[in-house]
Amino acid sequence: MLGSDGEVREPYADYKSWLDKEDTKRLHRKSEDAEAFFRTTGITFNVYGEDDGDERLIPFDVIPRILSAREWRKLSRGIEQRVKAINAFLYDIYHRQEILRAGRVPVDLIANNIAFLPQMIGVDPPGGIYTHIIGTDIVRTGPGEFYVLEDNARTPSGVSYMLENRETMLHMFPELFAKIGVQEVSSYPNNLRRSLAACAPLKCESRPVVAVLTPGIHNSAYFEHSFLADQMGAELVEGHDLMIVNGRVSMRTTQGYTPIDVIYRRIDDDYLDPLNFLPNSMLGVPGIMDVYRSGGITIANAPGTGIADDKALYSYMPDIIEFYTGQKPLLENVPTWRCSEEDQLAYVLEHLEELVVKEVHGSGGYGMLVGPAASKKEVEDFRAKLIGNASNYIAQPTLALSSVPILAEKGLSPRHVDLRPFVLVSPDRIDITPGGLTRVAMTEGSLVVNSSQGGGTKDTWVLEE
Amino acid sequence: MLGKTAASLFWMSRLLERTENSARLIEAGFRIALTHSSSAADEWASILASSGAKKNYLAKHEDYSSAKVIDFLLRDKSNPGSVISLIKQARDSARTARIALTREVWEATNEAWLNLKNALANPVDERDLPGVLAVIRQQSSLVRGAVMGTMLRNDGFNFIRLGTFIERADSTARILDVKYYLLLPSIAQIGTAVDNVQWETILRSVSAQRSYRWLNGSDISALSVAEYLILHRQMPRSLAFCYAQISDNLGYLETEYESEVTSHRLVSDICDRLLGQPVKTIFENGLHEFIVEFLAANNSLAAQIETDYNFQDRIN
Repeated sequence: MLGSDGEVREPYADYKSWLDKEDTKRLHRKSEDAEAFFRTTGITFNVYGEDDGDERLIPFDVIPRILSAREWRKLSRGIEQRVKAINAFLYDIYHRQEILRAGRVPVDLIANNIAFLPQMIGVDPPGGIYTHIIGTDIVRTGPGEFYVLEDNARTPSGVSYMLENRETMLHMFPELFAKIGVQEVSSYPNNLRRSLAACAPLKCESRPVVAVLTPGIHNSAYFEHSFLADQMGAELVEGHDLMIVNGRVSMRTTQGYTPIDVIYRRIDDDYLDPLNFLPNSMLGVPGIMDVYRSGGITIANAPGTGIADDKALYSYMPDIIEFYTGQKPLLENVPTWRCSEEDQLAYVLEHLEELVVKEVHGSGGYGMLVGPAASKKEVEDFRAKLIGNASNYIAQPTLALSSVPILAEKGLSPRHVDLRPFVLVSPDRIDITPGGLTRVAMTEGSLVVNSSQGGGTKDTWVLEE
Repeated sequence: MLGKTAASLFWMSRLLERTENSARLIEAGFRIALTHSSSAADEWASILASSGAKKNYLAKHEDYSSAKVIDFLLRDKSNPGSVISLIKQARDSARTARIALTREVWEATNEAWLNLKNALANPVDERDLPGVLAVIRQQSSLVRGAVMGTMLRNDGFNFIRLGTFIERADSTARILDVKYYLLLPSIAQIGTAVDNVQWETILRSVSAQRSYRWLNGSDISALSVAEYLILHRQMPRSLAFCYAQISDNLGYLETEYESEVTSHRLVSDICDRLLGQPVKTIFENGLHEFIVEFLAANNSLAAQIETDYNFQDRIN
């Protein structure tokens, strides 16, 4: 909220003048209202391994995170460039592999990568789109300075929080939205549906039937799955509702089996098809990959997109962007040391106390070391793990993440945040919803924003031009 | 609509109806335990039998003390028929069918779960029991109200209503089944005090003690109580009322789907064969036999609805 000079930053000016007149007690009351609203609406998530239906709320903070229209323009141009490059890269990597021939990305990084699916070689996804939905994780370090932390190109989650956080804010502080021009996010579900329908498969004969594939009510993101299906007017299906009938993926309705055209799957590649991937998966549909290859169904995102957001590949993103777009990247990558390379590993081992070390295939903030926050013993334990399996890790500096105040017990207090804008890719356009999911580390000084580690969320405002 | 969604709507309303019926049975039993402590154990045994939980109960407990029975029926998570288990399953069904529910219906169901979890977090003291039972009935009413006030009258609505009335018919028939011997005039000692208490209990367990008096004055006879619960078409928990509703809802489904189903024929058959006879004939042929036959027919009907509308994957 404040600049380095201690003055209120320009995008926050109007909000701050409203906030100064607010009573902290009223804000706390609103905060409790919000919690009750989330609970009755059932915006909760299950924590794996916890007892009988105990569901948790992701902490929601009532102070919005605000971006100016100018900052957003810069960000969205950079994201669009990145998303185009990722789709071009995926097409290439599953066809002629020119980037490997050109030596810009090492061959064994692809060949030995479990996220690379040989089953996708030579397959043309409907509409030529691999990543229909991307959530790009961004951090801000200073005025106009943004870094991309991660490109979530598999099944990015959190968009329901972007939408419900805004609903909640509109509900609690209607007067604020009358005073301050904030760009809308509510068109996302409609855009999602349009974007999915625009990639209908060859065999689709009329208005495309869209379905969201969920692992079921016990999945931690089930709320989001049902929310999106509901908002899009799509069916919400599980593996056991589906069967291949006459070469089409069909769902069991009260009147018999009906074909589906586009499936927005919220299960991982491995579980998609027991005939082609994990044989004991109960979540997927036996034979769906064969239907996919024959043009009977669109799978969003396409199988095999994980190769594009693999952490081992991340450090090559600037090269990938340049290779396919012919331009320098508009958004910075965080400098990354690849522990698989000897000289880089040596540097990492020497500077463990200053670095963040992550597993190449990990997610959710598990299995990582945040050097500056770790005890001596934790650093030494991690050192042993790292030496034992160096190629499994990458390391990055801890950035001076920007912070935004939260409403803490004793009033406002700064916390670190990141930002995940959501991108929809169709054959003819790219939509980036102005806003996104702001995740916030609720513990003072912490850099870990993941909800599985106690992180919270905020509404994200992009101001009108 | 997905077969799974139809199944979830059907079960959501069945299980909610069951929590409500359970609360009524406990209320009736508790009243007997307070006023006629000598017959309390028998009463609890018959209530456990009506809710189909007697075997499970006896596997855990040796006697029918009020506190144990009440705790078992309300809070025991190892009892799949306890109110706390039922509301959890009902809410899971609603989550599964979330996209077919209005926000109001979903929130009412979710809040029912939250409120009952809270009300049943600790053993319920006898002093608090009437309040807790009222909350259970009220939560079920709130969901029903949201359904009636906000849902489109489409297939989803029809599956919800089918679940409600299949369950309610089952419940009323079970209450009659457990008490049928009281309704046999030759055995019962008509006019004694105990007898009147038993009539009251039957009527109370379907919340009909007042409406019965409105219609019949103070004359309580076996024949008229049985007629009221089985054949009275205005009494919302009678078998005839439930079956009129089931028939209507299957009819709406047939119109919407433009296809006739076996279950609707089963309903006509049950209405003609079982519910089309005067109460005198039912008594002459044996009330117990009638109830046994009705319960079996109601079960087959539920199974047939499940088949007709693809609730489950038949290949598995």
